[in-house]
Amino acid sequence: MSLGRRVLLGAAAPVLASVVAAIVTSVVLLGSGDSPVEFWQVVLSVPDARQFVNIVNVSAILYLSGLAAAIGFRMNLFNIGVEGQYRVATFAGAFFAGQAFLPGYLNTAAAIVVAMAAGAAWAGIAALLRVTRGVSEVISTIMLNAIALSLVAYLLREFGNREGQTIVTDQIQQSSWVPNFTLVPGEDTKVYGLVFLALVAGVAFAVVLSRTRFGFELRATGQSESAAVASGVNVRRMVVYAMLLSGAVAGLIGMPELFGASHAFGSTIQTGIGFTGIAVALLGRNRPIGIAIGALVFAYLAQQSSPLGIEADISPEIIAVTQGVVVLSVVIAYEVIRRYQVRLEQAQVADTLRRERAAGQEVSA
Amino acid sequence: MSVVAREHTAPGTDEPRFGRGARLWLYALGALVAVSAVRLITGADQLTSTGTLQAAIVAAIPIALAGLGGLWSERAGVVNIGLEGMMILGTLGAGYYTYYQGVWVGLAGAMLFGAIGGALHALATVVFAVDHIVSGVAINIIAAGVAAFLAEVFFAGLEGGGPTQSPSLDRPPEITVPGVSDAAAGIADNGWFVVSDLAAVVNALTEDLSVFTLLALMAIFGTGWLLWYTPFGLRLRSCGEAPYSAESLGVNVYRYKFIAVTLSGVFAGFGGCYLAVVASSGYANGLSGNRGYIGLAAMIFGNWRPGGLLAGSVLFGYSEGARLRGGGELVHALLLLLAIGLFGLAVWQLYRGFRISAALTGVVAAGVLWWFVATDSIPADFTEMTPYVATLLVLALASQRLRMPAADGLPYRRGGVG
Repeated sequence: MSLGRRVLLGAAAPVLASVVAAIVTSVVLLGSGDSPVEFWQVVLSVPDARQFVNIVNVSAILYLSGLAAAIGFRMNLFNIGVEGQYRVATFAGAFFAGQAFLPGYLNTAAAIVVAMAAGAAWAGIAALLRVTRGVSEVISTIMLNAIALSLVAYLLREFGNREGQTIVTDQIQQSSWVPNFTLVPGEDTKVYGLVFLALVAGVAFAVVLSRTRFGFELRATGQSESAAVASGVNVRRMVVYAMLLSGAVAGLIGMPELFGASHAFGSTIQTGIGFTGIAVALLGRNRPIGIAIGALVFAYLAQQSSPLGIEADISPEIIAVTQGVVVLSVVIAYEVIRRYQVRLEQAQVADTLRRERAAGQEVSA
Repeated sequence: MSVVAREHTAPGTDEPRFGRGARLWLYALGALVAVSAVRLITGADQLTSTGTLQAAIVAAIPIALAGLGGLWSERAGVVNIGLEGMMILGTLGAGYYTYYQGVWVGLAGAMLFGAIGGALHALATVVFAVDHIVSGVAINIIAAGVAAFLAEVFFAGLEGGGPTQSPSLDRPPEITVPGVSDAAAGIADNGWFVVSDLAAVVNALTEDLSVFTLLALMAIFGTGWLLWYTPFGLRLRSCGEAPYSAESLGVNVYRYKFIAVTLSGVFAGFGGCYLAVVASSGYANGLSGNRGYIGLAAMIFGNWRPGGLLAGSVLFGYSEGARLRGGGELVHALLLLLAIGLFGLAVWQLYRGFRISAALTGVVAAGVLWWFVATDSIPADFTEMTPYVATLLVLALASQRLRMPAADGLPYRRGGVG
């Protein structure tokens, strides 16, 4: 197949999905008596400096969340529990950092390790249940999400301090804060120092996946478990490793904001990041670059929709419909395109065979 | 992708049909005796009070309906993680139609909304052969978004409503069997071992029983009859066991799968309706609260069978009902029940020759027992975990003996290789 055609086919699915999502969103808006024109005017307007910085911050966080989900997805392991792992890990990291066992950045680094370990441990429960008792990770991680919610609320009540309406852990010492940097000159909103974690994790994911034995075994298990077993992959071990790794990356999600803005874990912690990460991973087909694009799209939509209520009198919740439809239509579009590609290849092979046979007959004649 | 890891499922036959019903009743009786004993030991009379049992029924039915949706879908070979989303759509449909047109149109509306979710899942998984889990997750995201958006559109301007909840809704009629319920209530008040507990069960089922509860039970037993005793059911189940064999015998596998998954949404929508008008007094964002997932777990626990999924739902519903009625103290009494159950399991494992498992179970049981003895109550945050922990525990203990439909979760293409 020619390069041009390959690029065209590759771009077809996301474009198709965007069109479907735009149509569905517009239809829903029309049905509810809102104006689709105003909606698109607000959403497609050029983001101002503050929104732009927010998009960078949010997409870095969503990228980490998407990566965490993608590690499992690449081997058909459905870690729906990123949300719970992120919550447990962020609490553990914040609590550890707040105790100030270590000075300065040593404390920061140690807290990040603690958070990763906590996330991995929480995911490890599901891994253990899967390999020893055969419990599906889909169900167990969902249950663990709910358990994490109550567990962290309990721990916060036991070890946190009441501040007005919320309960928070001990404030992290100032020497351990990671400074934020200015992206747009003259803008007060700044980019978290730890957004580089997303970059590091993304590069590591890409390298591990394509350049190491572990990555190969991970992909092999995902594409055909029986083939992987036949080539000597220990699938049970892979399940445990992939799950632990996924949980460890989930532990990173809360770090940029913890060390850049909140400096403590409070009961106001943002919810839903883990679930959005799943959507982001699906949108990006679990590829390092794809997830980055998915994270950008979601962060853009989320930021651009927030003024909807004020400027167009439309509930910003509509954007969740757009996001969900994009995800579902993109997976359908990829499947349709894949089938089309298979048919093209079959036609090509048949064509070549026919030509060769014709040439053979000429020679024999 | 499968809901129970495939390596543990032997392609053997189902359990023998003979005596299964009798055994279920025996289990139920055993559970009742154990609960009754715990009630006498701990003095927690609320454990089998009519109020607790009624709360348990109200908590169990939505879970059972979601599980019933899962049963339809998975018996036809489609894993349905999207039940949660279909349930959310059901709560919204119930909220809208019940407010304007009453309880029965509300039920139909909830089923319609659920069916739309089911049809979407069928479109993605059956027609386009998208991975079942991926499609289900996407449907959950869409449904939550649609519900949150439309709730604001529907209810924000209404009196008593708001952007996240509907005004309070009419309730479906309730049935009381005169005579029986009073007599049962009288016996239940005496506190006799087993007899009073049994009477409380009778009382809970005959006093102020919602018509929707009755309807749900009929749907569950009707499904059992339809799927196991009719040609339609045999064909539908064959799509979940061996779709290519079914195809070779002239079954239109696509059509059966589509019907099954859409009906799956209908039942999940019914479950959502039940949540909105029976279990609470109207629609609210987040009302479904993971019950779709718990329903799926109940169905797995019930070994992909209607009777089993009902038993699983009652188990989860009871732990939820106990929490709602009695709080930390009642859940604390349940710890003793859990310890007894685990010790029983350990003995059974020892009898079957699994020494290591038996030792492990015994240690866990001792730990639970110690927890029971050392404390008086359980913190509120922990009681909230009860249904989820129960789900995990039960799946961990039961999953080895389960057998899912053989082609569950696998993609099917007409004319493909069997």
